[in-house]
Amino acid sequence: MTKEEVPQDNSSLSNISREVSYATDKDGKYTTALSKGWDVKSSALDLVWKETIEKAAECRQKVLNNQASPLLFFMEIKMMDISLLSSYTGFWKWRIKRHLIPSVFNKLSQKKLQRYADAFNVTIADLKSMNVHED
Amino acid sequence: MCMKINFEHKQAAHCENGVTSALLHNIGVNQITEPLAFGIGSGLFFVYIPLLKINKGPAIAFRTMPGLIFKRTCNSLKIPVVRKKFSSNEKSLEFLHQRLNEGQPVGAQVGVFNLSYFPKEYRFHFNAHNLIIYGKEEDNYLISDPVMEYPTTLTSYELERVRFAKGPLAPKGQLYYPEKKGFITNEIIQKAIVSGIKRNVRDMLHIPGNFAGVKGIAFTGKKIKKWRDKLGVKTAGLYLAQLVRMQEEIGTGGGGFRYIYGAFLQESFQYHPKQDELLNISGQFTKAGDLWRNAAIQASGIYKGRISEQQDFDIMGDYLIEISNIEKEAFKALSNIKWNK
Repeated sequence: MTKEEVPQDNSSLSNISREVSYATDKDGKYTTALSKGWDVKSSALDLVWKETIEKAAECRQKVLNNQASPLLFFMEIKMMDISLLSSYTGFWKWRIKRHLIPSVFNKLSQKKLQRYADAFNVTIADLKSMNVHED
Repeated sequence: MCMKINFEHKQAAHCENGVTSALLHNIGVNQITEPLAFGIGSGLFFVYIPLLKINKGPAIAFRTMPGLIFKRTCNSLKIPVVRKKFSSNEKSLEFLHQRLNEGQPVGAQVGVFNLSYFPKEYRFHFNAHNLIIYGKEEDNYLISDPVMEYPTTLTSYELERVRFAKGPLAPKGQLYYPEKKGFITNEIIQKAIVSGIKRNVRDMLHIPGNFAGVKGIAFTGKKIKKWRDKLGVKTAGLYLAQLVRMQEEIGTGGGGFRYIYGAFLQESFQYHPKQDELLNISGQFTKAGDLWRNAAIQASGIYKGRISEQQDFDIMGDYLIEISNIEKEAFKALSNIKWNK
């Protein structure tokens, strides 16, 4: 890649920071250049994020249909599987599986709910109402 | 509490190279640029582990295990390293504040997911990001994240969250820095370059199994050709997006670190001026990097839904097979260099 070929496509990062690319000058010597982003890469990131949002919407519907507890929705939107959630909360995996059942979740103490809320970085009220503040 | 160390933020492509280079700079070792840190640390790699999933996609890496670049570079330069893990945040803060008061900027391993200054699209549960803490003003820690253009800050709560992120490669509050040391001679750097190259030759050419090194690249190419039938176009597209993400992710310098390695070989030539070969081989890595970029463009055609035929996957797979050959020849040429000229 030559310095002139370093892409300058706008991406979600461009407002925050440009990134360093390594490229060659006209004599073939390596130098660095700042890049605003590359469409090929940002579309890969967007695709993965869009997929997460879609899956999370399906999970939200399941929770509204009373087929699962809000944990299912938050695990999707926060990209956590059961073992990661277990590391964050300190709950055994089998207990988390039980807490995914709405009737069990609804009886959880404030203390236990707080452990989940902390793991997902939300308040207990937001945890129950599936409210996320994505910035 | 207010403390601020006079510390020069230096942007780099990759976080660990950047932290290594900046912390060495801070103790007066000014010669170690980002490409030198990467090459001496034998940073170039490839591995694809089909059975392991990250973010529901394939586990692919273009660089060596996190932490190794810093460790190997300091070892090769014979610079002692202080590295500490902590069981609690309180204990770690005691240690951190002590160092900051002494004027010592400190490297920290952190998780990316809760890094508030990253855009949400970039967040995933990756726990081996590196940054430098160089002060504290009220509740804000002063942060030099090498991949960012400018220094930034994190609140004490935000810093605790990222330093004690959970899951694979959990950082456990890890802090590290190189200890002060006398002048590093050119001879030490010359030797460090040779051992870095030899170790990278070993990792890319002679690692056992099919998943890693240059063989791993061809192996992945063959697998990609089967992804369409095996996974369906949509999931195959998501897999390719994951590949491109790992390859071009912030921090790679472009082309899956191949360009940084090309830059490293050019800088190595400055220290080994009799080895003209280094310049030619640098060109081969540039070519490999260009092909990785072309492959990414091909992949994006698939995950954007513009192309979806089997022949499109075949072209994608063939790119990797060609790259595998180029990198194999390049590393063979490196292994044939007679260093005692």
